[in-house]
Amino acid sequence: MHTRHKKHKAINRSAGGNGLAFLFLLLLGTFTALPIVYSVINAFKPLPELFTYPPRFFVQRPTLQNFSELFRLQQDMLVPVERYLLNSLFVTVVGTGLYVLIASLAAYPLARFDFTGKRILFQLVVLCILFRTEVTAIPQYVVMAKLRLIDTLGAVILPMMGTTFGVFLMRQFMEGIPNDILEAARVDGLNEGGVFWRIVTPMVRPAMLTLVIFTFQSLWNNNGVQVIYNENLKLLPTALQQISTSGFERAGVAAVIAVVLMLPPILLFFFSQRAVIETMAYSGMKM
Amino acid sequence: MGGKSGQKRRINRLSYAFMAPWLLAFLIFTLVPIAASVGLSFTSFNMGPRIRWVGLGNYLRLLLDDDVFLIALRNTLLYAVVTGPLGYVLSFLIAWLINDLGRNLRSALTLLFYAPSLASNIYVIWTFIFSGDSYGLLNSWLIRLGLIRETVNWLNDPAYNSIVVIIVILWMSMGAGFLAFVAGLQQLNPTLCEAGAIDGIRNRWQELWYITIPQMLPQLLFGAVMAISGAFAVGYQNAALTGMPSTDYSTHTLLLHMIDYGYTRFEIGYASAVATVLFTLMIATWAVVQRAFAKRGC
Repeated sequence: MHTRHKKHKAINRSAGGNGLAFLFLLLLGTFTALPIVYSVINAFKPLPELFTYPPRFFVQRPTLQNFSELFRLQQDMLVPVERYLLNSLFVTVVGTGLYVLIASLAAYPLARFDFTGKRILFQLVVLCILFRTEVTAIPQYVVMAKLRLIDTLGAVILPMMGTTFGVFLMRQFMEGIPNDILEAARVDGLNEGGVFWRIVTPMVRPAMLTLVIFTFQSLWNNNGVQVIYNENLKLLPTALQQISTSGFERAGVAAVIAVVLMLPPILLFFFSQRAVIETMAYSGMKM
Repeated sequence: MGGKSGQKRRINRLSYAFMAPWLLAFLIFTLVPIAASVGLSFTSFNMGPRIRWVGLGNYLRLLLDDDVFLIALRNTLLYAVVTGPLGYVLSFLIAWLINDLGRNLRSALTLLFYAPSLASNIYVIWTFIFSGDSYGLLNSWLIRLGLIRETVNWLNDPAYNSIVVIIVILWMSMGAGFLAFVAGLQQLNPTLCEAGAIDGIRNRWQELWYITIPQMLPQLLFGAVMAISGAFAVGYQNAALTGMPSTDYSTHTLLLHMIDYGYTRFEIGYASAVATVLFTLMIATWAVVQRAFAKRGC
């Protein structure tokens, strides 16, 4: 099924239609790419070029001075920037690892066992994909205030643990594992913990990698500005926004920051796209 | 008989043991907040020690005494109705068109179209493009082309800023649903297309409608969930682009109204009523979409 049939491509495809399709993709692709390219170009513009009239799309005298300016500004900060980076790394790495683990554990029975309450629980899982964390932020804040989690890194990590998107994704993927393999492992004397750990987890690696990407991206982009006030606990996006929002002379630095924050999720996706696509093929729902 | 129920008990115990860590987090950070928000919407809770029951008071205030809420509701529905279906159709169309391309080009374009939602902070660049003075890229291009004579205040003029917001949301709407479409299309059974050609399917549109879409219904349903969840969560982009509050609240949404009353004024009861309205809209839309899919046998 994975081998592409060259012949099939030619069926039902006219040359004119292909031309139109190409044109359509070219237009939309350009539209999608322009703002991203513009962001990257701006990071290499010397300050005067950011404010020339008329504004130019391309850079005329590319420079690294915005990067060195960012580096210089960091050193003047009250809290060293490594602190913010460390906080963000902690939140992203611990949060991602933990979520991939508990979502996989939860998905296994949802995919393979016939337990009481399974139908309703799975429907809840699907329904709650609707609720992004932005939408539930206020009531979540109230709950976390009661639990004294506000102003801790847990206030950023823990809400992610209660989301259902990852459980759904892992469950769909685990449904595709042939039953014979699991049965054979049980006959060989593995208990269910062993079956999960030794047989299931190696087979669902693409889905785990996919979940790593989605979770990483979501946590990395989270600035936690509403739940963290302590300067020592602030996250990288907040700290960088603080640097960039103090006037015209910081416009170049702001452009660098936008690019620096964009790179990790994009690189991660670039290197694991095949696993992501393999996993998303299982994302389909039947009601 | 006893053995069978013992077996069932064992499976239950095992299943809930596996799910326990996630279930606990799910309960505390998703279910309880959703339920609490419905419950608190009938109170005047403001993070203080006392909670006072006000019945439908918050809802009456929303409808009768809060013009900004009505604007936010109208804008939220506008953005949802425009960006939800349009973003959805566009993601499918793009996924379908790039499926005809070779592997490397397809991968490159997947990354390109997914990039705006992947790098979620980068949308701030649009403020440079749509900037209202003559330093804005769009204004300067349009002036040079002679299409406008005076600069247009794209971000702050209520006549234009909703369109700007919609463009940026659409730009960011190729998310997990788009990836699901790209993935699903690669798995289609090619023999069905060959059989269809013999049965009289003559062009790509007929193939799309009669052969491709029926096979893609499960992915399309997943994409619909993602589209609905995104379409109603519009707000942060608007605030970043057009200010908070925007001119005459022209791009204010329910999410921003909730944030405003919750975080800024600590009127949690009132903010919860806004949240409950938002939840109801999302669930109602999902119910309609789900029913439509069920009719087509999904």
